[in-house]
Amino acid sequence: MREIAATEVTATVARLFREANLYLPPDVKEALKRARERESFPRAREILSRLLENALIAEKEGLPICQDTGIAVVFLEVGQEVRVVGKLEEAVHEGVREGFRQGYLRASVVRHPLDRVNTGDSTPAVIHTRLVPGDRLKITVMPKGAGSENMGMVKVLRPADGREGVKRLVLETVQRAGPNACPPLVVGVGIGGTVEKAALLAKEAVLRPVGSRHPHPLEAELEEELLEAINCLGIGPLGLGGDTTALAVHVATYPCHIASLPVAVNLSCHATRHRTAVL
Amino acid sequence: MSRVKVLRPPLTEEVVEELRVGDQVLFTGRLLTARDAAHQRLVEALRRGEELPVDLKGQVIYYTGPTPAPPGRVIGSAGPTTSGRMDPYTPSLLAKGLKGMIGKGYRSLEVREALVKFRAVYFVTYGGAGALLSRCIKGVRLVAYPELGPEAIYEFWVEDFPAWVANDIYGGDIYKASLSQHCGRG
Repeated sequence: MREIAATEVTATVARLFREANLYLPPDVKEALKRARERESFPRAREILSRLLENALIAEKEGLPICQDTGIAVVFLEVGQEVRVVGKLEEAVHEGVREGFRQGYLRASVVRHPLDRVNTGDSTPAVIHTRLVPGDRLKITVMPKGAGSENMGMVKVLRPADGREGVKRLVLETVQRAGPNACPPLVVGVGIGGTVEKAALLAKEAVLRPVGSRHPHPLEAELEEELLEAINCLGIGPLGLGGDTTALAVHVATYPCHIASLPVAVNLSCHATRHRTAVL
Repeated sequence: MSRVKVLRPPLTEEVVEELRVGDQVLFTGRLLTARDAAHQRLVEALRRGEELPVDLKGQVIYYTGPTPAPPGRVIGSAGPTTSGRMDPYTPSLLAKGLKGMIGKGYRSLEVREALVKFRAVYFVTYGGAGALLSRCIKGVRLVAYPELGPEAIYEFWVEDFPAWVANDIYGGDIYKASLSQHCGRG
């Protein structure tokens, strides 16, 4: 059994959150540049340039890309042959606490959804853990801002609603989000499973590299159709009009009950932030 | 799109009358910050008939909750937050003389009508570009509710802080105008 100290998990989570908030992933940056070249609206082009400039300033000056440094979402893939010495979840929360303090990131979490007192250190994290074969621990962090997260959607459609029903729901969600979700978006769509499975699929789909193609034609074609339809809405960068409403649509599917068609849409803003490390 | 206008709060009646949807503006001078929690406090104070901790007459509120200032800087990242969350509180503040708000995203019908009634303007700026916008913020002073941390009311001294007029006093709406220009939609 390979051993990893909980303190190492803490240090890694702390570093990943600082970095994720400062450095826009290269795939997102490239997608913004490609969008700027294609964009036919002058104001939209100008906005895309400013968003790229913002990422550059963040990197150079060590400032967060966005003041909403997010709620801390953490994905853990724990190898079955690895043993964490200490408390794994505690180690993650401690990593968030350290990372947010060291990185001058904003405390954006309340201790209870109804009494709404700020915890002051952005803990606790939202942790999703999977057991996988192997002796590694993979940690992916995703600081998720509320602007885009608030505009997400989960709905259980009828099987008869089918592909068209899914498309309608995604388009309605993007339309309703409009400028609030800080477009251009990365749109994660989870189809199948159960209510909670679809929601998780949608969130994980956001993490896929922007510009990548789904290996299965059914999903790949749906992604292309949705991207085209979304960009025809004309919402544009920041919702001020243009050809670029989404940078990418990522679809993830899972088998489901004969009587259900659960669909979730997770929106991510133009600053789609995440960072991964393998211990 | 028309030329860039320089705005120096407090905004007067004459200045507000000249602003039209889509105008690009640059703020120089004093902005107040407030978001959810501060708005709630302000409106509760009004309900109790108390004086507000800050005079809103002619002022512009920027909806932001900045990140903590790293050493050697006046402020961290400080972009706009989603304005719609402030909608339930906004008409009461407009009635106290507030003349402008800067944020991002849609406003409710009630707020848009209140903007016409109280002759005030809603501006939008670069959502998700807090690092870029922090460069325009030259000074920061705490004004009220320090216990709210990033949600407290601050005074920002800004230079050339960019924004667009999103809702003017004539009922215009930038988001409707932008959509109708695209793909033959409208």
